[in-house]
Amino acid sequence: MFLTFLTFLPLAGAFALVFIPRENEKTIKQTALGVALADFLLSLSLYGEFDTTTAKMQFEYSTPWIESWGINYHVGLDGISLLLFILTTFLTAFSILASWEVKKYLKEYMIAMLALGTGMLGVFIAMDFFLFYVFWEFQLIPMYLIIGVWGGPRRIYAAVKFFLYTAVGSLLMLVAIIWIYFIIFEQTGTRTTDILYITEHLNVNLSTQKWLFMAFFLAFAIKVPMFPFHTWLPDAHVEAPTAGSIILAGVLLKMGTYGFLRFNLPLFPHACNDLLPYIGWLSVIGIIYGALVAMVQEDLKKLVAYSSVSHLGFVMLGIFAFNEYGLQGALLQNLNHGVSTSALFLLVGMIYDRRHTRLISEFGGLSKPMPKYAICFMIIALSSIGLPGMNGFVGEFLVLIGMFQTDAMLATFATSGVILAACYILWMFQRVMFLECKNPKNENLKDMDLRETVLIVPMIILVFWIGIFPRTFTKTFDASVAHLASKVNPDNFRPGGHKKDEHGGHSEHAELPQEIVQIVQSKK
Amino acid sequence: MLSLTWLIPMYPLVGSIICGFYGLKIGKDKVAKVACGSVILSFLTTLLVLGGYANLPEGESIYEQVMFTWIAAGNLNIEWGYQIDGLSLVMLMVVSGVGSLIHIYAVGYMYEEYSFYRFFAYFNLFVFAMLILVMGNNFLMMFIGWEGVGCCSYFLIGYYFDKKSACDAGTKAFVVNRVGDFAFLLAVMYIFKLFGSIDFSHVMEHAATTVVFESEDITIITMLLFIGATGKSAQIPLYTWLPDAMEGPTPVSALIHAATMVTAGVYMVVRCNALFVMAPITMWIVALVGGGTALFAATIGTAQYDIKRVLAYSTVSQIGYMFLACGVGAFTAAIFHLVTHAFFKACLFLGSGSVIHGVHGEQDMRKMGGLKKYMPKTYWTFVISTAAIAGIVPLSGFFSKDEILYHSLMDGNIMFWGMGVCGAFITAFYMSRLVIMTFHGKYNVDPEVHPHESPAIMTNVLIVLAILAAIGGLLGIPIMHGAHFLKHVLAPVLEFDLATAIDHSTHVLHEQGRHAPHWGHLLEHHEEHNVLTEVLLMGFSLCVALAGIATAYLFYIKFPSWPEKIMQTQGGFELVRNKYYVDEVYDATFVKPTVEGSYILWRQADAKGIDGTVNGVAKIIGWFSQQARVFQSGFVRNYALFMVMGFIFFLIVAF
Repeated sequence: MFLTFLTFLPLAGAFALVFIPRENEKTIKQTALGVALADFLLSLSLYGEFDTTTAKMQFEYSTPWIESWGINYHVGLDGISLLLFILTTFLTAFSILASWEVKKYLKEYMIAMLALGTGMLGVFIAMDFFLFYVFWEFQLIPMYLIIGVWGGPRRIYAAVKFFLYTAVGSLLMLVAIIWIYFIIFEQTGTRTTDILYITEHLNVNLSTQKWLFMAFFLAFAIKVPMFPFHTWLPDAHVEAPTAGSIILAGVLLKMGTYGFLRFNLPLFPHACNDLLPYIGWLSVIGIIYGALVAMVQEDLKKLVAYSSVSHLGFVMLGIFAFNEYGLQGALLQNLNHGVSTSALFLLVGMIYDRRHTRLISEFGGLSKPMPKYAICFMIIALSSIGLPGMNGFVGEFLVLIGMFQTDAMLATFATSGVILAACYILWMFQRVMFLECKNPKNENLKDMDLRETVLIVPMIILVFWIGIFPRTFTKTFDASVAHLASKVNPDNFRPGGHKKDEHGGHSEHAELPQEIVQIVQSKK
Repeated sequence: MLSLTWLIPMYPLVGSIICGFYGLKIGKDKVAKVACGSVILSFLTTLLVLGGYANLPEGESIYEQVMFTWIAAGNLNIEWGYQIDGLSLVMLMVVSGVGSLIHIYAVGYMYEEYSFYRFFAYFNLFVFAMLILVMGNNFLMMFIGWEGVGCCSYFLIGYYFDKKSACDAGTKAFVVNRVGDFAFLLAVMYIFKLFGSIDFSHVMEHAATTVVFESEDITIITMLLFIGATGKSAQIPLYTWLPDAMEGPTPVSALIHAATMVTAGVYMVVRCNALFVMAPITMWIVALVGGGTALFAATIGTAQYDIKRVLAYSTVSQIGYMFLACGVGAFTAAIFHLVTHAFFKACLFLGSGSVIHGVHGEQDMRKMGGLKKYMPKTYWTFVISTAAIAGIVPLSGFFSKDEILYHSLMDGNIMFWGMGVCGAFITAFYMSRLVIMTFHGKYNVDPEVHPHESPAIMTNVLIVLAILAAIGGLLGIPIMHGAHFLKHVLAPVLEFDLATAIDHSTHVLHEQGRHAPHWGHLLEHHEEHNVLTEVLLMGFSLCVALAGIATAYLFYIKFPSWPEKIMQTQGGFELVRNKYYVDEVYDATFVKPTVEGSYILWRQADAKGIDGTVNGVAKIIGWFSQQARVFQSGFVRNYALFMVMGFIFFLIVAF
């Protein structure tokens, strides 16, 4: 029940806001922030109570909803969703504080933000296909409004594009869900949409798996977004208000990767293995393409948006490494991207508030008037390009080392992303923060104020915390990832189907010493 | 005392945080105390740890201190751990020792700067990263330091961030280094795949029995590692960032771009000696690249006028010698030269800094000359270090360079030796040219500038470094065999049993039913250190060095018109002075196509291709909808028409 409470608390807060007169701007803001903050702090207790030794669902709650169709209100968290859940509550509170300066329709804005919070949280806890789909579509609406009402000059175009892209993908997913519903009914005689039950009992041949996989793939790949389904993202980011971008990058994109982990991998493991080359190469193209295009952007937000395409390519690659390293790396990289990119959007938002432009050519030499801002920007920028000791590195390294075990060529190309990342971030940083301060409009810019400092400091702490003590976070993944990895292990699907033992040596070599086994394998 | 190990990198880290956050509040003097104090404390702690290491029980040669588990997933378990052995101790002494001296010097050099605190925050942070680099007990710990020093180098090169050239140089250094890091990362992944661990102790111990001698795997791994080293240590083909890095303040050039960071690649190769020895092909390439760089960079050094740039090319060239040594398997000689180079090159850079300070920021040697009488202390320390780098007996550089040349002939071949000797000649030449153009000859300083000797805080450091540069050779006097201190210290690190490796590899290949090459000859021992040959070679290299100095004397003192003449008649000179146009070639082949290609990707592929398709689909759907509107016009007569038509159609189909 606690989980349900946490999920619907923001929505309740949104209802409460309805009754506050719109003149009381301060009260509205404080109530919204209070609700979101309380939600975040309460959600932290989940981390404390979470049992890291099991891959089973925790904090589970289930009650019949539409009995005749076998639909339940079933929620729960496991290692894959726990931190995403907490990240969402955190970023909701964070983005409300980041939108302190919103003037237009403040009340409606805060209502939309809180409703969005509930929608996003629901996606991560839903353990019923129907419920999942409801939340999945529900969170679209507030986000659509946030872009479409509070966005920039081309906001309608961007909002519609965002909505249509996602909706097209999810419709195919709905078809797949209905198909699965009938398959399960045929196979087991049970009418159910329970995700856990289906994951355990779904048994379909390879070609059906592939069709179903493709339907889910499209929905999630658009959300991630993978190359070439990414073009909605730069538009949406550029037009969205700062908080919208933070939520979009921090949480909404993660729904795509979460979908892969929750559905595609466990439901269609064989299809995943078969389609690995395609998805692997699409991810690698995404990494390189995103970085290259980011390098030549003229708008700061667009640059960060394209860098997201690149970063999410790493996450996808980790997921499709099918081993514990890659999966852990993908999950951690999810979190890292949520921290680093959100912080980047926040920082870009800060100078946008001051100058009402995000064109790189308008800036230069900002380190002089804004030294504190420069330091924070530098730290976040370096974390985003994966400097060791900061968060991005741990995730990237795990992803790459995981992929290297599965397909060294993919890993090699993906690793070249580290060079390109340095190019686009440093070049941007140089043009914005360094050089002479030539534009007189920039000479007297205010440095960060208290509210902005309060916003960015936790992000910086997280950057280093995850970089140096990632175990605080990755230990929650362990059990679930091990379970998932055993399910999608490529060895299960090789002709002959011999299973790997724990050390990665094939059983046929069991009598040989470990070193020789490794050599023999490397020669194959 | 070994338990204090973890403290060594902590002091500079704390120092950096204090300087960075409170530097403006506590004032310059306190910043100076904190910054220098923290590095000196590291040095003292290193001494304590050294004491503890000396008392290790017989048979133990490595002390590992594990702080906590850093990254863990599946079978991968990477610790935040430090490793103390002979090699890391030597490096620790150099980094914290020379680091302390340069910090003290920098207090004097940077005192007028407003951003004094920022400089020392970066500088201390650099020392922290460098210490982590040499202390880490696994490849990833090393990589923290490896990228950390690169990042600090980026900050410090771009210290004068309002200068475009400085920013460009910083970015260039970072990006070029990242190319090397890319290879390094791949190597780490490959190592994990083969060994199932990335701990140094595990990998080095099992190298002989895990991989096959000369196999593809080990060759790829070592080549990747070496590419990583060429990035960090500025070797061909990734050396171009180092000369540009001279945009940073001079103490930075001394500490980062001469004494410590750029030698990290050498340290890494020596640390991984067990892997490199398993891959003779890579070893040959390492020697070739090292020797080639030593010669190539030296030639560029002869034609530069910026005093720091000459030293930068000299650094590239000297590190080339270290790799040459690694490539022929003389790892001790490489570390020996690394240490002596740290002394004399730090002294040279700081000396050049003292000159630049004395002539108010001028770096062009054509606008110097005759400075000897204005700054005698700088002059004499500079001359001693120059003699050391040129290889004049009995200064440190003589012994270390000679050991490299000896091994490149005995363990390598005549070509490697030839490269080294030619490089030595050119080194002696351009260094003497530097001294003559700066301190001797005609006084060319701008009349408004009044040259003066630098403050004591700077010259005292120069004197200490000059003494070290002079006597550093004691670490490894070659003839006194038992007394070769470095060899003794490094022996446990370099212990490698080739016989086992070859036995094992032959066995594995036979198991697979493949033919094993004949490796027996590799095990035949060379003649033990041949004293006569060595003395002859020593004499020869001394003559070469003297010849280089004499040539410079002829060119720049005796017949000052000669350089002019050569410049006019020899087309090759332009080529050398423009650094063989390597920067321009890289620009045209890598940088420009990437940037321009990216624009095409964005404007054509992204905006027109992908987005165009999507919008096109939307338009087509819109068009169809437009057509469909006709059916819902709202006029009853239209609906009646459709009904009649439908009815007729139905009749036709039905009958």
